[in-house]
Amino acid sequence: MYEEEIRAAVLATLKTIAPELQASEIQTDRPLRNQIDLDSMDWLNFLIGLHQRLKVDIPESDYGKLGTFDGIVSYLAGKLG
Amino acid sequence: MIEFKLPSLGSDMDQGKLLEWKVKPGDTVKRGDVVAVVDTSKAAVDVEIWQEGTVQELIVAPGATVPVGTVLATLLAPGESMDFGTTQAVSATISSVAAPALVARRRISPAARKRAEELAIDVDTVTGTGPDDAVTLQDVEQAAAAQAQPQDRQAEMRKAIAAAMSRSKREIPHYYLAQTIPLEGATAWLRDENSRRPVTGRLLMAVLFLKAVALACCRFPEMNGVFRDGRFEASGAVHAGVAISLRQGGLIAPAIHDVSSKSLEELMRDLTDLVQRVRAGSLRSSEMSDPTITVTNLGDQGADTVFGVIYPPQVALVGFGCVRDQPWAEQGMLRALPVVNVSLAADHRVSDGHRGALFLAEIRELLQYPEKL
Repeated sequence: MYEEEIRAAVLATLKTIAPELQASEIQTDRPLRNQIDLDSMDWLNFLIGLHQRLKVDIPESDYGKLGTFDGIVSYLAGKLG
Repeated sequence: MIEFKLPSLGSDMDQGKLLEWKVKPGDTVKRGDVVAVVDTSKAAVDVEIWQEGTVQELIVAPGATVPVGTVLATLLAPGESMDFGTTQAVSATISSVAAPALVARRRISPAARKRAEELAIDVDTVTGTGPDDAVTLQDVEQAAAAQAQPQDRQAEMRKAIAAAMSRSKREIPHYYLAQTIPLEGATAWLRDENSRRPVTGRLLMAVLFLKAVALACCRFPEMNGVFRDGRFEASGAVHAGVAISLRQGGLIAPAIHDVSSKSLEELMRDLTDLVQRVRAGSLRSSEMSDPTITVTNLGDQGADTVFGVIYPPQVALVGFGCVRDQPWAEQGMLRALPVVNVSLAADHRVSDGHRGALFLAEIRELLQYPEKL
């Protein structure tokens, strides 16, 4: 899967949780969760959304690699590679 | 004959707008059926009925705003037969109180119907201004514009919260206590559990907190119930109001029922479902009207400590701050541990600080044995 497709999938999943989100508002190299105010339930729903969309299972021990939008995309690119 | 009245969906509600009927005359209903959707200033709520019967007449039409207690519909109890005389009398009384529009068959122009479909507007909720109250294209577009006014909605919600919180601060002599709870065991247990679960079955620390509070309530009944008409009524079951913040601002604290008797998995399912329905705006009336204690959880992005305001007519609120690592001294040793600050805001008319402190100590004790929750 191309990186652009992964980016689009991540963004689409985020928008199911934060419908008001604009792609241009995200600073992709800065911590994501407090940027767009995702609580722990939002975060879990985001991961469930990615799981359903991309068929990846993300263990809790990998949460540390998912701090930024860019980090999430490169983590998924590695998993889907 | 049964009168189905608009219930109070929380102490901050004094009127509601009927959005939609889910039943029609002749339908039979049983306890717990959703019969109507009502908009409070906070959310659209599915209103349940608690009696069995057959719908006789829908008195209030969608679109009408009426005070709490207004008769929305009449039903025949099982075995009862039609009695038109009574019905007419009732609707006459009600009309004079709230002047709701009477239900009529919706007339709608084909253009308006098409536009309503495009805009995802339910035509039953639109007030018609055409001949014979027919719904026109303009009516549909106005209804769509009204739905797209989040500013007004936010202002309404802010007013509703302010009213409930002012009442709380005016009527309830609050006292506050806090304590720091070590969570080394609970975080390790949760990590281990979640490593064995698929992402769709994972648990959040929030459900451990909920369950611990509910179990503690069983031993401290003076924290769980409502204060009405000058006296406290303890509740047998623990219906925990869970404070859920809305992305556009404001918050709602609907109930998860019977928390003390549910497993962590069931609570996680209930909590996920509740958060989704709060955000989608489909709450049930029983969830809005009957919490017996509030639990608020600031989550892992939040502040360290909550100083809660009790939601009347309840008598206690338990607040959890964010879980964080902190130096911890125990048996002469200093270590870093995950901890959480739990706070209690409780009602001095019902309990005092001594019992409150024991209540918090019980929550702390319960969280040391997560496998037993």
